[in-house]
Amino acid sequence: MVPPGASAAAAVLAAGFDSIRKTPVDGSERGPYCMMGVCFDCLAEIDGVPNRQSCMIEVRPGMRIRRQMQARTIDPKPE
Amino acid sequence: MDRYDAIVIGGGLVGSAIGYGLVRARLRVALLDEGDVAFRASRGNFGLVWVQSKGDGAPHYQHWTRRSADEWPALAVELEAKTGIAIGHQRPGGVHLCLGEAELAARHATMERMRAQSGNLGFDYRMLDRRELTDMLPGLGPAVSGASWTPYDGHANPLGLLHALHKGFADNGGCFLPNSSVTEAVASPGDFRIQLAGGEIGASKVVLAAGLGNADLAPHFGLSAPVKPLKGQILVTERAQQVLPMPITTIRQTVEGSIMLGDSQEDAGFDTSQRPAVMQTIARRAVLSFPWLRDLQIIRAWAALRVMPPDALPIYDQSERFPGAFTANCHSGVTLAGAHANLLAPMVAAGMLDPELELFSAKRFDVPSAA
Repeated sequence: MVPPGASAAAAVLAAGFDSIRKTPVDGSERGPYCMMGVCFDCLAEIDGVPNRQSCMIEVRPGMRIRRQMQARTIDPKPE
Repeated sequence: MDRYDAIVIGGGLVGSAIGYGLVRARLRVALLDEGDVAFRASRGNFGLVWVQSKGDGAPHYQHWTRRSADEWPALAVELEAKTGIAIGHQRPGGVHLCLGEAELAARHATMERMRAQSGNLGFDYRMLDRRELTDMLPGLGPAVSGASWTPYDGHANPLGLLHALHKGFADNGGCFLPNSSVTEAVASPGDFRIQLAGGEIGASKVVLAAGLGNADLAPHFGLSAPVKPLKGQILVTERAQQVLPMPITTIRQTVEGSIMLGDSQEDAGFDTSQRPAVMQTIARRAVLSFPWLRDLQIIRAWAALRVMPPDALPIYDQSERFPGAFTANCHSGVTLAGAHANLLAPMVAAGMLDPELELFSAKRFDVPSAA
């Protein structure tokens, strides 16, 4: 549980997770760091959208936060 | 005064490629660079090693570009082996997408002209219709009518190339002098004295490779380099899993996964500011080509000045008044790196440009136009 107004990154850390993503370059683990939107280490998939800065997004009930596993995928639909 | 066999003025892609070729030929070389106050076309490029449609109306440029692209794979392998720096060169062929039948017809005509002008070299291209293209490229937008493809095109990491050329230069005994503007130059045949803030250096050969800076430098050496700036802007997306199997003229995916979007040309003098309207045009055409690009976040965008000679073709020249002075300017510093390191540098080392480069001399700008 986190206080109202807390970021998704804070919620992840409060839940006991050290790592929120694996880097695209070599897959090493990273966790939220600066907590102010400048380091990009907190990237996570939030409600289906990948590479979101989770420290800049206010956590809401029912929010789906998934680890960003290296580079995002693309679904190349022609439309 | 430090003396060298050759001084190369300009440490960007052109200067470092020539410098690398010269030290490989066992010359003692000083590579001067003004510093980050320079306009740095080497940070405004897209990373294409592109042949298709280079030299329409100028067969000598078509040939030079082809030869450079053919030198590229060996140069990349050599640089990677010597320096350990990844160049990421790939040559899967490349496509130029056409939106609408008029664009497609015009492109076909261009490709036919290139083939007609190619002479003994030949020019292998294919016009691809939508059906063939959708097999090659994922998620092609409905606005795309077709494309031209040639097997000669490819792409590479231009920052890796620049880094590797510099490291290869230094490792082979080259002397890199950064933050060294030329404050004064005294030219005599086979003897050049260059004044820097830190002192004077001299050499029997000098190569002007300072991009836009060549315009002011050239007259001191009995040369002419009437180049002008051409602004271009680029957008870069977040990294994604590899999805594009080959480069497109205006869209390429890097080895790291970012997708780069271009291209644009603005005649804006020396202004390097970004313009949202141009960025929108780039984004719009990219999304028409591949609608799925719409969902990617743009994480970086910049504008830079590239070098544009009056007829868009390179300028290679040797001074008649001061033999030993050479100048090199081009718009395609990435594509021509192969030629600059492996073909042009040996000519400079030998003291004379091959006759085949005469058509690239700046003397062509002095010809009075027909009445």
